[in-house]
Amino acid sequence: MAVLSSLPGVITLSVVFLFGCIGETISEKAGNLNLGIPGIMCFGVVGGTLGSLIYMRLIYPVMPVTANAFGLVEFISYALLILLGIVFSFAFGAIGGLIYSFLTTTLKANQNVTGLAITTFGAGIGDFFMSLLRSGDGFDLCERVGKIYGFHLTNATLSDKGLIYDDANWHMGFISSNNPVANIFSQPSLVYICFILAIVVFIVLNKTRIGLSLRAVGENPATADAAGINTDKYRYLATIVGCGIAGIGGLFYLIKSQGSWDGTYELQSYGWMTLALVIFTIWNPLIAIAGSILFAFLYSIPSYLNVDMVTGMFLTLTPYIVTVVVLIFTSIFGKKNVLPPGSLGVNYFREER
Amino acid sequence: MENIVQQDISIRFENITKTFGSVIANEKITFDVYRGEILSLLGENGSGKTTLMNMLSGIYFPDEGQIYINGKKVTIASPMDAFKHKIGMVHQHFKLIDVFTCLENIVLGIADKEKANKNNARKAIKELCDRYGFEINLDKKVYDLSVSEKQTLEILKTLYREAEILILDEPTAVLTPIEIRKLFSVLSNMRKDGKTIIIITHKLNEVMEISDRVAVLRKGQYIDTVKTSQTSEAQLTEMMVGKKIVLDIGRTEPKNMEDRLFVEHLTLTDKDGTKVLDDVNFIARSGEILGIAGIAGSGQRELLEAIAGVKPGYKGDVIFNRPKKNLPVSFFHKTYREVVNMAKKGAFHYENGTPVDFTGMSSKKIKELVNAEKIIFNENEIYNLRNLNPRTIRELGVRLSFVPEDRLGMGLVGNMDLVDNMMLRSYRKGKGIAVNRKKPEALAEEIVHELDVVTPNLHTPVRKLSGGNVQKVLVGREISSSPKVLMAAYPVRGLDINSSYLIYNLLDKEKQDGSAVIFVGEDLDVLLALCDRILVMCEGKVSGIVDARTTTKEEVGLLMTKKNEDEEETGGESND
Repeated sequence: MAVLSSLPGVITLSVVFLFGCIGETISEKAGNLNLGIPGIMCFGVVGGTLGSLIYMRLIYPVMPVTANAFGLVEFISYALLILLGIVFSFAFGAIGGLIYSFLTTTLKANQNVTGLAITTFGAGIGDFFMSLLRSGDGFDLCERVGKIYGFHLTNATLSDKGLIYDDANWHMGFISSNNPVANIFSQPSLVYICFILAIVVFIVLNKTRIGLSLRAVGENPATADAAGINTDKYRYLATIVGCGIAGIGGLFYLIKSQGSWDGTYELQSYGWMTLALVIFTIWNPLIAIAGSILFAFLYSIPSYLNVDMVTGMFLTLTPYIVTVVVLIFTSIFGKKNVLPPGSLGVNYFREER
Repeated sequence: MENIVQQDISIRFENITKTFGSVIANEKITFDVYRGEILSLLGENGSGKTTLMNMLSGIYFPDEGQIYINGKKVTIASPMDAFKHKIGMVHQHFKLIDVFTCLENIVLGIADKEKANKNNARKAIKELCDRYGFEINLDKKVYDLSVSEKQTLEILKTLYREAEILILDEPTAVLTPIEIRKLFSVLSNMRKDGKTIIIITHKLNEVMEISDRVAVLRKGQYIDTVKTSQTSEAQLTEMMVGKKIVLDIGRTEPKNMEDRLFVEHLTLTDKDGTKVLDDVNFIARSGEILGIAGIAGSGQRELLEAIAGVKPGYKGDVIFNRPKKNLPVSFFHKTYREVVNMAKKGAFHYENGTPVDFTGMSSKKIKELVNAEKIIFNENEIYNLRNLNPRTIRELGVRLSFVPEDRLGMGLVGNMDLVDNMMLRSYRKGKGIAVNRKKPEALAEEIVHELDVVTPNLHTPVRKLSGGNVQKVLVGREISSSPKVLMAAYPVRGLDINSSYLIYNLLDKEKQDGSAVIFVGEDLDVLLALCDRILVMCEGKVSGIVDARTTTKEEVGLLMTKKNEDEEETGGESND
């Protein structure tokens, strides 16, 4: 029963992984090994918080959402909430991706170094802005930010935790009961968006011309270039979109933790887990759905089981062990199509001799 | 036919200049290419052939000058522009994506939706195949293709993009004679179709065989264009090199021959369970060059790698008879007991060969004996290389210098400079934690000086050197260690004539210095002129060992294809 009741929580956590994993997969398929994902997710948190803040200050007072009534106004309000959150976290993540792409694709900086720099940078940005946004003075700052975007923030009353989504009713109205299995289906709508996104990304990568070109750029940019593909454009776009998606993962982390915030530490460790997950799922978004659930399960199961701390720590370690095992297996027995993209981590410069 | 092609100018280069840093790759090049002809672009390594063609295909952009296509000024800033002008290039290192299927590779990057549709493409490609005589399985992944299939795919790729101008960079470098035949017949078909074909090459016999005209570049400058029918190999060589060179390998007579390396019943099975080497037996002797001939992929590489210890896990033995000393006895820094013990193992013998036993003699008596008689100290060591690791084998003096197709792939680190690359072979020597750069630096300087390596300085990363120069460094480093057994595989692959002969002479010098040289070559003429004996391999087996001085190309060619009698042509014949 402990396992069953943990399932909704597992799925929520898995979505954080899955967003990051989809984003990183897109980026890596285009040849950019973005180790900045943990930082990018922190960017996303800041963006998501800002989005929700704007919602709280501007839209919620006009169109409040309550747990019992669900009419047209509530629906629009709710949709705007999701939209603002997504747009802002995507945008913030994408900015991180833009920095990364500019450094690696335009300036040809080393990808690993750049990625690590983005990670530390993102963590710093996350810690700084989140503490600002959450402190009493933060409201002024938010107002200023809001004015930059052309909004006039009103002095709506907010609960003490009100910056975060737990004030709004998130549930889409799927079955919500005490039955733990049924509860799996009562997830925030972003969960479903995420699973659908994984499928869409898989189709785009493997069945469309854009995907073919993108994979070509990641496998062998010189070949793609000679075939007339704009490699820089693909690397930029893949990384920016990928980072945007990972940024939404950051937003979802806030939703998952229901507004409690204790620094970027936990999110960063999720970010690294995401990087491991990409390898584990052999760069396939469909496998990533199952993989992220498995990882989330292994990661969160100790808190549902009555185990001592050491055993719990060991269980949270298992995803990494599993990743190493997968790496060993794909390296020894793998055919070429389960290996990483051919030019992963290598920048391309046409006139290099 | 000449009359037809004369009028129709397809491409005109006008004052094309391209520099890379301080190196001038092309300088004011001006010439025309006619429609419906096969033009050979001939030149030594680093003469700027590939650079010039890369500008036509949009990889590089010229610093100065103008390109005209069909009489119109054009700007080719990217490969996309090249396609628009119907220019297609088959690069020396194929630009294919390994994990994609052939079909995916063909439609890759095509903007037109109709054309990029896989079903449409499949039909159109089938037509192309029928028209020009290609054979290809479109659903195969590229990593499963042979080299020749990959080339076919590259050509198809350009044809599917409706290329009217086709550039082939060193198309025959990695093909077998039969595959070259096939390629040439396809090219002739395309010429009949009115396509303009440019072949970059430095193989003179192929130039003579296939091309209508020959354009020659030398050190980045355009020399002249001549009609193939009105020229000779000697004239072309002169144009290419600038001075008349004597194409003669000064083969010396072998001397002081001693059996050095015994390869006995060597059998190697690869991952899939096929035998890449099948019961190989031979002896390599000091003071002679043993050539290894065979169609590419007949097990030459595996054989050398097995001997060098890089490919362990074979059956059979590789016995290395290592000469340590063969000197008059000197007791310098040796104790009495050591000498007696060595004598028991047969280290000392009289000049006639009978071993000496010092047991029971006093130190003084031994000295007297040694001074009176001429006792020889012979401490040959016998090793079975099968049981040793590559490093130990190297240190014993068995050296392998293998030049792979991409040159940088084995033995050199592209991002490191010459000195550091020298050190790769010697860094374990010396004491202390810090490395000693003085000796490698001296060695690098010697190699640069002796082999005429063109490099800005000793601290230039190796990848920035041109292919030929990289190779000189690679071969030079191995030879410099004065090995007991030197295995050189394709040491002249891709090198120009001058550099090739430099390498041949180096190998001959090694032989005179008492090394057992094993030379794996591609060119039968060279094998016949350079080696003392030639071992011919065919599908992992030794199909014969012949005396290079008395054998003929036909005999070797026949041995090369001994097993596949159903093949009509032999490697030897098509190499003529």
